[in-house]
Amino acid sequence: MAQHRIGKQTIVFPGKPGILSSAAVVGPKEGRGPLADGFDLVVNDALFNQESYEQAEHAIFREACEKCLKKGNFSNTDVQAMLGGDLLNQIMAASLSARELSIPFLGLYGACSTIAESLILGAILVDGGYAAPVLCAAGSHFCTAERQYRYPLEYGNQRTPAAQWTVTGTGACLLGASSNPWARITHATAGRVVDMGIKDANNMGAAMAPAAADTLIAHFRDTGRTPQDYDQIISGDLGRIGSEILTELMKKNDYLLTQDNYMDCGLKIFDPRDDVHAGGSGCGCSATTLSAYILPKIRKREWKRVLFMATGALLSTTTSQQGETIPGVAHALVLEGEM
Amino acid sequence: MLMYLKAFLVGGLFCLIGEALILKTKLTPARILVVYITTGVILSAAGLYAPIVRFAGAGATTPLTGFGHLLAQGAISAVQDTGILGAFTGGMTSAAGGITAAVFFGFIVAICFKPKPKDY
Amino acid sequence: MEKNKQSAKAAAWENYAALVKRITPKSKMAQGCLRAFWVGGSICTLGQALADIGVSFLNLTASSASAFSSITLIFLTALLTGLGVFDRIARYAGAGTVVPITGFANAMVSPAMEFKPEGWVLGTGARLFTIAGPVLVYGISASVVVGILYYFIRW
Repeated sequence: MAQHRIGKQTIVFPGKPGILSSAAVVGPKEGRGPLADGFDLVVNDALFNQESYEQAEHAIFREACEKCLKKGNFSNTDVQAMLGGDLLNQIMAASLSARELSIPFLGLYGACSTIAESLILGAILVDGGYAAPVLCAAGSHFCTAERQYRYPLEYGNQRTPAAQWTVTGTGACLLGASSNPWARITHATAGRVVDMGIKDANNMGAAMAPAAADTLIAHFRDTGRTPQDYDQIISGDLGRIGSEILTELMKKNDYLLTQDNYMDCGLKIFDPRDDVHAGGSGCGCSATTLSAYILPKIRKREWKRVLFMATGALLSTTTSQQGETIPGVAHALVLEGEM
Repeated sequence: MLMYLKAFLVGGLFCLIGEALILKTKLTPARILVVYITTGVILSAAGLYAPIVRFAGAGATTPLTGFGHLLAQGAISAVQDTGILGAFTGGMTSAAGGITAAVFFGFIVAICFKPKPKDY
Repeated sequence: MEKNKQSAKAAAWENYAALVKRITPKSKMAQGCLRAFWVGGSICTLGQALADIGVSFLNLTASSASAFSSITLIFLTALLTGLGVFDRIARYAGAGTVVPITGFANAMVSPAMEFKPEGWVLGTGARLFTIAGPVLVYGISASVVVGILYYFIRW
């Protein structure tokens, strides 16, 4: 039996690895949203002086990683492992960034749950004494996601009300052992892949909500905690529809999520006056919100303990076109401030 | 003037049906295009589309069904002129202008412009 | 046993689909149709005007004038797509811009622009036909079938 484990799915970190620093670099639309002040850099052009949007995504990814290292007073040669990914095919934004940062790289794909997946595995490396510090990062770009999953940018189509808007941006966190970190990771619950038969790629919130509920329930069951034990429960990019479904699914299991104790990053990141329909999505959604909003709240002692859960819709255009349903996954971790 | 009104109403109706199909059946716009052109070919072959064209002019020729009509009538008249070979040459011949224009202008525009992010 | 499991899963999926349907906001049918109607109608009216110009000023036959009208609309669409205006109109009009020949033209231009970074041949050249290709495949195939049938039946 694994010794650092409680219940079926939850890990306990005895050493409570710390988040030493974080950074978020985002696009112009995110930069005029409500989290504007929390971002480390807002690029004024989605192309970011590059030849293609893929290159721009890569440049933003690298920039976020470099800013994160700088804020923690580390150089890339100090970092012993880099974990992360993005939405490009073969996670190229992360891979190309790792090429330039030249840190041992473990590329990860968990769709929009990638930042949580990275942090969980990063915390394991740190707490197990295998590597420290560890850089965790995840990003996405609206323009590359559109062409890969949907239509060309200039193609004239209408978005359905349930459609979400991919966040342009990358969030990065540096994990390590420290006496005075920004926050500590105490528990993590890795989620099962759950599929409730949703096929509509324009309703990702609905595809991911059952996985989110499954992970939350597993977390509460394993730890014996309830939503009341958290100052805030945060989901990654369920959007308006997904978070409403999650609230309902949790209620059926007697866990109460309310406006006071629950938020979704996808509903936080954009100005509601912008035309983003059901909210933000993408790897960058939860990763940049974590850096720009959640960690600052913890540092300011406004929140003592939060449950951060990034959600991912595991679809590819190939399986979607072949009629496969969209499975979801959600990974949660507990972040605590210094007492 | 009446012709313009008829073109507006009939053309608008074709689009309204398309919108209803998109919203009700979740057909993607690409599928709508395929459905419309094929429907145009079938209606035209059945002799049902020519009267609509006579009635509404560009209201019937501008929607993609009109493109299908062009293909079908091209194939039929070419078969009348040259026999079975016409089935293979007629459609494309009559639609050549539209297809060539789309290829050429598409190519030129792609050379000159870059796609912009949707900034709204 | 296996069968029970399957039907339990089907029932769970069905329940969930009902929940999703209840929470997901509906597309606005009346508004969408009205917008598609007036924009699409206007495009067709413009097409009629172009055809009339062809007949009156360029001395074209009726069928040439119709082709002239289509080609001009295709040109305008290509230009507006390049300028980044067409997707804004389409966002408002939906099928109003998809169904007329403008939708076909936009479907060719937009991927050709989008995939330019992948090169002139496999980027722009090949991608011109990603969305328009199927339209031609089905349209041309249907017309060949019609031609062959006509050869044998002559209705």
